[in-house]
Amino acid sequence: MNPRRLPNLTYAGRKAVNGLMLAATALSAALAVAALTAVLGYVAVNGVSALNLGFFTQLPTPVGVPGGGIANAIVGSLIVVGLATLFALPIGLGAGIYLSEYGHNAFGDLVRFLADVLSGVPSIVMGIFAYTLIVARQSHFSALSAGFALGVMMLPAITRTTEEMLRLVPDSLREGALALGLPRWRTTVSMVLPTVAGGVITGGVLAIGRVAGETAPLLFTAFGNPFWSVNINQPIATLPHMLFTYAISPYDDWRAKAWGTALVLAALVLLASLLARHFGRQRHVG
Amino acid sequence: MAATILALIGLLVYELYAGARLGLARYGLSFLVGQSWDPVFQRFGALPAIYGTVVSSLLALAIAGPLGLLAAIFLAELAPARLEAPLSFLIELLASIPSVVYGLWGLYVLAAILRQPVGRLLHINLGFLPVFSCTPLGVGMLAAVAILAIMILPYVTAVARDVLRAVPNAQREAMLALGATRWETIWRAVVPYARSGIVGGLMLGLGRAVGETMAVTMVIGNRPDVSACVFNPAYTLASLIANEFTEATYPLYVSALIELGLILFGVTLVLNAVARLLVWRAGRGMERGHV
Repeated sequence: MNPRRLPNLTYAGRKAVNGLMLAATALSAALAVAALTAVLGYVAVNGVSALNLGFFTQLPTPVGVPGGGIANAIVGSLIVVGLATLFALPIGLGAGIYLSEYGHNAFGDLVRFLADVLSGVPSIVMGIFAYTLIVARQSHFSALSAGFALGVMMLPAITRTTEEMLRLVPDSLREGALALGLPRWRTTVSMVLPTVAGGVITGGVLAIGRVAGETAPLLFTAFGNPFWSVNINQPIATLPHMLFTYAISPYDDWRAKAWGTALVLAALVLLASLLARHFGRQRHVG
Repeated sequence: MAATILALIGLLVYELYAGARLGLARYGLSFLVGQSWDPVFQRFGALPAIYGTVVSSLLALAIAGPLGLLAAIFLAELAPARLEAPLSFLIELLASIPSVVYGLWGLYVLAAILRQPVGRLLHINLGFLPVFSCTPLGVGMLAAVAILAIMILPYVTAVARDVLRAVPNAQREAMLALGATRWETIWRAVVPYARSGIVGGLMLGLGRAVGETMAVTMVIGNRPDVSACVFNPAYTLASLIANEFTEATYPLYVSALIELGLILFGVTLVLNAVARLLVWRAGRGMERGHV
């Protein structure tokens, strides 16, 4: 460290600066928490008044028609996120296993770096990617293309969690299995993987929670659909996209529904994050 | 499987390039400095969107950076364990709220605050400055900056906190033994030691701000103008794509939008690569005991 001159302050002056800055740090932390409270508080208060049983079980109604709900968007979000998981989980697991067990070389470093790059790609760019790759070729919007876009976004998180979890497994476990004459793949599948299953699931749930709230990649892939649809080859309604549509609409009853949808979406995403945290903690304790 | 990631990135770059080819051939580099975005007359220039993206993200970082660093110092150095765990948890929750929910809040709560009390006060008292000279509308650049600052705050805080925690205690003890106050210890011995990691965290935050789409689209007002006044509506690369992509009616239009995506991809790529390198180097340096 370079020797630096301390400012010419009296002891009392230094104490005052100390107190002032320490208070500023506490204030900053409090500000961050206040922002969270403000956002979640508004969503909870405004959202609750839009909720009723019909909100969860009915289809959206046109403007001015009372009632109506977001049932199709809830199911649509589940379908799209499910497709994304189906796509990302096998590839991410495989890549994570490769990186941890065999990837201590230049190729492994390259993949690690690219996974980081991929996690920084803006979600809207992912939407364009899925659009030009799938939607433009098929000439129609689909749940499938949306699942692909979200899947690519989940991939780096799943890969890196899997790798980091596997790294924690002591080598003696691998050596023991190999000494018993198990082949390398069998060691990985039967000995190493089961010990980290909990951690990998935690990482997966976190990744799902993160993409479930993504809207930008869905704008021109899932596109939205006011009707009931479970066909993965057709446009589909999703919670974040429906929230966006309702939020920027000029109608009061749609705006009320936007708050309701926001509450449902935020609750689902926060629940996923809490669950993952809970299981993650249990694993460490137990 | 690992090769799939390689292939996906390759495909992503190729698809973006192929999609933007029409626009690239037509405009070349002049796309970057073209000042008007007018699809009706087939004029496409990216400058207003680039300007909006740069200004909104840098201003957001200028707000969230110091706040995040101070909050991280509080969490890593000062808060008792009983307070630290729940606070960290709450700040991480802030990071998991979907951006469209931030957008909704920004549009109906934040924009209203910025129009009436805050915006009017600034406009009346400081209206002689060009930055505050126009009428506050609520939605506009200032709203985008505010919502972005809130959104990247948890990222900056979390990275800075982790890096500060990794600073060896010998740094603190030596400084305290010299008679330094708590703050002098933190500011002169701990923070400089963690500098490159903190800068990396700031750049990760900047990368997120640059790529953030939904919340910004909902509050920035969406007008492709370059204006010095922070109350005026503006546009960012991401929000321009989000708004117009499904309405693009002819191939050149689509291609110009994809070209915006290509610019966005390039910028975030560089930001993230440098940031990761800094954070990674900071971690490695500390393991060895020097920076």
